[in-house]
Amino acid sequence: MSGFLSSPLFAIALTIGVYWAAQQLQRRLKVVILNPILVAVAIIIVVLNLGNVTYESYYSGGKYLEYLLKPAIVALGVPLYLQLEQIRKQAVPIIVSQLVACITGVVTVVLVADALSASLPVILSLSPKSATTPIAIEVTRVLGGIPALSAIVVILTGIFGAVFGMAILRLFAITSPIAQGLALGAAAHAVGTAHAMQKSRRLGAYSSLGLIVNGTLTGLLTPYILQLLGY
Amino acid sequence: MIRQCAIIIACLALAELIVYLTGIRFPSALIGMLLLTLFLKLGWVRLEWVKGISDFLLAHLGLFFVPPGVALMLHFNLIASEFLPIAVATLASTVAVLAITGWTHQLLRRR
Repeated sequence: MSGFLSSPLFAIALTIGVYWAAQQLQRRLKVVILNPILVAVAIIIVVLNLGNVTYESYYSGGKYLEYLLKPAIVALGVPLYLQLEQIRKQAVPIIVSQLVACITGVVTVVLVADALSASLPVILSLSPKSATTPIAIEVTRVLGGIPALSAIVVILTGIFGAVFGMAILRLFAITSPIAQGLALGAAAHAVGTAHAMQKSRRLGAYSSLGLIVNGTLTGLLTPYILQLLGY
Repeated sequence: MIRQCAIIIACLALAELIVYLTGIRFPSALIGMLLLTLFLKLGWVRLEWVKGISDFLLAHLGLFFVPPGVALMLHFNLIASEFLPIAVATLASTVAVLAITGWTHQLLRRR
């Protein structure tokens, strides 16, 4: 039995099965905190612990699914291409606000974490937290942080932004739907965008624009921003 | 379908080659994304050549980061001991990004 539980096939079947069930759960209950990735990760960790399966054996199968992240990021080139025209029309406000978003995101999380005496691997793993998960994981890998920590922090950031984002924006008197959408996408990536999509198509479109532009800038600039900050 | 896979993999391979040759610290997949956008814009790649596989990969994006997420089980001690900085830094930074991005855009649009 333990031989079967340690096989790559079991890891792949478990991941796909649990993720599918978690997706169904969210579709039924529509609660943002029950993010399918978060739920699937929690259930799989419990199953592996109960079956005495090490992460190494799980990863012997899990790595095949994880490898698909890279082609999936490349595939983001299609929505980016489809939005090029919209970006070009308002290039300056969009690019400048996303550049500011990217720098704010990296600098504030790094300085606050450092002030509260977080260790270096944790600081590096938090730095790309506003980018969408696949980008954040790649950045953390390049920096030498802990990709798993980035994955979870990014998802929790997205959930926080989706649940409280609109209230926070209103609190700071940000009322234009374009600014709201761009800010949601920049701060809370795909989870915030999915939430914005439910409110209105326009908010969702600008949120996905923020997600892509900020994600790209964060992916490209984070190593250099950290270098300037002296890490 | 094979052509769709080939285009995505070719963008990725070209990106890996660029990273290898130049030694820049960019995630190769992001360069692959920008290459695909560029090829679409230049008309070297047609949208319908990659639309199907792109929709498929993006629709199931969440599944692919379950395995790296499960690696969290290796880092429970680290997270427990640094829970406060992780939580406070993440929340404070998210509020800052929301406010500053929104303000910047509103300010620039008014002019």
